[in-house]
Amino acid sequence: MDNGERDMARAFRLDGNAVAGLLQDIFAVEMTASPTVCAHCGRAGAVGTLLAFTQAPGVVLRCPACEHVVLRIVETPDAIYMDARGTLYLRLERRPA
Amino acid sequence: MLGPLAWQIATVTALRPETAHVKTITLALPAWTPHRAGQHYDVRLTAPDGYQAQRSYSVASAPEQTGAIDLTIERLEEGEVSPYLHDVLVVGDQLEVRGPIGGYFVWEAGLGGPLLLIAGGSGVVPLMAMLRHRVAVASHVPTRLLYSSRTPEDVIYRAELEQLAATGTGLDVIHTLTRAQPAGWTGYARRIDAPMLREVAMPLGTAVQAFICGPTLLVEAAASGLVQLGIAPERIRTERFGPTGGPS
Repeated sequence: MDNGERDMARAFRLDGNAVAGLLQDIFAVEMTASPTVCAHCGRAGAVGTLLAFTQAPGVVLRCPACEHVVLRIVETPDAIYMDARGTLYLRLERRPA
Repeated sequence: MLGPLAWQIATVTALRPETAHVKTITLALPAWTPHRAGQHYDVRLTAPDGYQAQRSYSVASAPEQTGAIDLTIERLEEGEVSPYLHDVLVVGDQLEVRGPIGGYFVWEAGLGGPLLLIAGGSGVVPLMAMLRHRVAVASHVPTRLLYSSRTPEDVIYRAELEQLAATGTGLDVIHTLTRAQPAGWTGYARRIDAPMLREVAMPLGTAVQAFICGPTLLVEAAASGLVQLGIAPERIRTERFGPTGGPS
């Protein structure tokens, strides 16, 4: 990528808020306020703070500190694939009984 | 908030132009639930051939408005969804929506303040929900809104913001107009920068709750500017709208 393309990619990036609906589809709970830890650099922060790249067939969420991939999500007509090797953990709030 | 999101069929009950490129759509919801100020709804359009396009739009109304939500939507020239919502949709039409969605970029009066809100273009929409909620619950949390627009004609909610700022409840609204200013304008006339952030933010101190929304580059510049002023990163919440909706 030259500098112009890099600036364009930067202007197009969103954040975890933009994929809140997709994450709630997958986990059945609100996820953007939940903490997660980047497996690469150890940064802790809410899922909503992750950088989101959505101009592609899938969704890529990256760490805002080191920019390594934290989560990758691809939807097909009959399934959702998630690659979560970039996160140490995700926290799912228990639903009230 | 909890559980899978269900789609529902909303009915358009009002359409109101805000600026030449921005419109507010009021939707009556059969399964309305109170949102939190800052949350959004997903809107889904389905073509006769089954092709679907989906976008997220921030709720502009306060949670205290029951049974219906207002979505304020900017018309994007190259958009797949917003031109339809602007040019085709009429009162009485039905739209498929789901929400409310999100839990990170939200403010409720119970979270306190002081509240520092920074908006670029249509990024003001979720912040307006916070201001309307603040008024609805008679909160006097000290609040400042720094709002960047291209021209005076591009300022969304201009009259309502003026009126809210005049109520003497601790709200200051500070505009910057980056491309054109009215005659006699004495306010800011440039993009948000470090001296501007200092002047606007410092009267509230560094123990603020900051919410920044708008074009990605504006949001990131403002957020790093606030960190340089000594505001802790965990006090700064951001929502990026991408390359559009901006005052560049």
